[in-house]
Amino acid sequence: MEQKIKEPRFHIVKRADIRNREAWTIRIIAILAALALCALITMVCTGDNPISIFATIFKGAFGTQRKTWITLQYVAILLIISLALTPAFKMQFWNVGGEGQVLIGGLAAAACMITLSDKLPNGVIIILMIVTSLLAGAVWGVIPALFKALWNTNETLSTLMMNYIATQLVAYFTIVWEVPKGSGKIGIINQNTNIGWLPSIGNKYLLSIIAATVVTIGMFIYLKYTKHGYEIEVVGESQNTARYVGISVEKVIIRTMLLSGAICGLAGLLLVGGINHTITTTISDGQGFTGVMVSWLAKFNPVAMIFTSLLIIFMDRGASEISTAFELNQSFADILTGIILFFIIGCEFFIRYKIVVRKDLGKENA
Amino acid sequence: MKKFKKVLSAVLAATMVMALSACGSATEAETASTSEVTGTEAAQTASSDVKVGFIFLHDENSTYDLNFINGATQACEAAGVEYMLKTNIPEGQECYEAACELADAGCDIVFADSFGHEDYMIEAAKEYPEVQFCHATGTKAHTEGLSNYHNAFATIYEGRYLAGIAAGMKLNEMIANGEITEDQAKIGYVGAYTYAEVISGYTSFFLGARSVCPSTTMEVTFTGSWYDETAEKEGANKLIEDGCVLLSQHADSMGAPTACEKAGVPDVSYNGSTASACPNTFIVSSRIDWTPYFAYIIDAVANGTEIATDWVGTLETGSVVLTDLGTAAAEGTAEAIAEAEKAMNAGTLHVFDTTTFTVNGETLTSYMADVDTDAEYTADTEVITDGYFAESGSEFRAAPYFDLQIDGISLLDTAY
Repeated sequence: MEQKIKEPRFHIVKRADIRNREAWTIRIIAILAALALCALITMVCTGDNPISIFATIFKGAFGTQRKTWITLQYVAILLIISLALTPAFKMQFWNVGGEGQVLIGGLAAAACMITLSDKLPNGVIIILMIVTSLLAGAVWGVIPALFKALWNTNETLSTLMMNYIATQLVAYFTIVWEVPKGSGKIGIINQNTNIGWLPSIGNKYLLSIIAATVVTIGMFIYLKYTKHGYEIEVVGESQNTARYVGISVEKVIIRTMLLSGAICGLAGLLLVGGINHTITTTISDGQGFTGVMVSWLAKFNPVAMIFTSLLIIFMDRGASEISTAFELNQSFADILTGIILFFIIGCEFFIRYKIVVRKDLGKENA
Repeated sequence: MKKFKKVLSAVLAATMVMALSACGSATEAETASTSEVTGTEAAQTASSDVKVGFIFLHDENSTYDLNFINGATQACEAAGVEYMLKTNIPEGQECYEAACELADAGCDIVFADSFGHEDYMIEAAKEYPEVQFCHATGTKAHTEGLSNYHNAFATIYEGRYLAGIAAGMKLNEMIANGEITEDQAKIGYVGAYTYAEVISGYTSFFLGARSVCPSTTMEVTFTGSWYDETAEKEGANKLIEDGCVLLSQHADSMGAPTACEKAGVPDVSYNGSTASACPNTFIVSSRIDWTPYFAYIIDAVANGTEIATDWVGTLETGSVVLTDLGTAAAEGTAEAIAEAEKAMNAGTLHVFDTTTFTVNGETLTSYMADVDTDAEYTADTEVITDGYFAESGSEFRAAPYFDLQIDGISLLDTAY
């Protein structure tokens, strides 16, 4: 009898390398597939046609002038946080403490606004806010870095734990500064005097957008054209190589986390001083973690991050508009966002691997 | 790459087929939140060009927001006006943005339902002077000096007092049946925060219960959130373990009522009936019916009249209501409530009558309350008049300011 060799119908092969164009084709297909599935689910739930659903998604992000500005402002904040995390990730330092670094920066700004409002002139307060926010974020970032550099502790755990400490500190100060007593909220700080409010340039949304642009350009240059940026890359590739060529790995880790934390602190400053004018434990809204995804999806490229953060904010605002327009629960927006992210992250698998289907498929005797 | 194209074309073909099949059913499912003027309400067509936007902290899963959503849809449909609902708007800059988006969308009135929305509503009100901004439970309208920003509340302490009578009747029944002794008549209460709105609520409830069952005592726990189902459930369970034989709450999830149902402890709920989820333990619920207020502001805008800076709904305006009694209510409860309500309406019964409670063993003759909200919590207004604490007095402000710790109530944790 002839021994039949069982060849599987398909198998998975790691791609040696993939052209940029091909990778982007896969990503676009994933986004289209995600949109198709979202449309299908929305159709089943609401009975509306998919065209109007996509129109609603777009309207949610760019429907009116105000909506466009708000979307851009959200993109700016998410972009700043993502950029802040990037140098750390690039040197393989898993900074998942963006949340805490943003919060503590925001807390520093709020503290200046509340405690100094009747003691110092407005300009001095704003300068102090900038300094303390950046400093607070940097300190929050450098503590895990010191532990890593000196005792090689696990930075994923320590940065994560620093998040909880920051959240609890904000919760504590919320009760210290709450108005009225017992209400558990601070409310808008200096609502009538506007002391400590960052000046609005042009309109109130533009400041964050300008800040994000500056940070993006700065980070691009820093990573690509400076000695520091090169050192980060070498440390990320191999710490032993770095040591061999005479780079002090410890110094690079500490220096990079100071920078990473300070930029997160800047995001906190903008959230408190420029946008919300208050502080709450949920003010960073998980963006310290979303930023990790934005940074990874863009392969740590600051310019690509503009698009990945825009994509995530666009989808998020679109999904929430769907839930308003079709009178669905907010959970529905979460479902749609979940689907979209699943596809976007999932497609990276197809970029790294390819599926090889058996050549003679269908020719074997049934 | 060829295979990818094949797959892609298949996917696209499939989506197109779905799109086509969906178009057929799309027309009937127009879900925009507008309502048409019905012929029977021709008299109110004057209001029909008014558009109202609503901002809610949570969605219909929260008993508090559901109560507002019901009132909003009822009032708008009765008046035949267009409306937009925005749910799950946090107490932050999102509220300001939502309010501005509603104003941009052409709303003449923007309403927000949660205490922490207030500052952001004020910001939006400054930006849109031609739009009326109305805010429930807020405290700042009378000091802000904006002609288009208004607060509203209701004398819900009267409703709480009446619900308290139902609780007291239940305790009396349990004592009479020998289930508990007089000393064990302890009520548990799950509150959200430790500020006046909550304090006023549990104190009036307690005074109502004690007016029929003199040995009543009460324990209050706080969750630090308006909607935290787990914390509310755990709080309720803690109170039950502590020996509380009847529960009530001022927090917005089903946590406490369902904990009561599971433990078989009678419960007075808030914001609406929980009888369907808790058939064996539900006694009664007090709630604010916001429909009269919404009808009032729609009417005011339609006719170009002023909206009151502080509007206070009462039993008489139909703003303070009790639900139907549940099966757990004691016999004679309806009569006792009706009698008290009559006395309240006649002005002979005041909930915060200073002869019915003491603070640190002493009867109050004077009390300065923090009516004008400020960061230093300055006590600024004398609120005891004619032998009672004038809560939600029309000359002061709509939102409660009763923040006294009266004897007989013990607070378990005041971290919030």
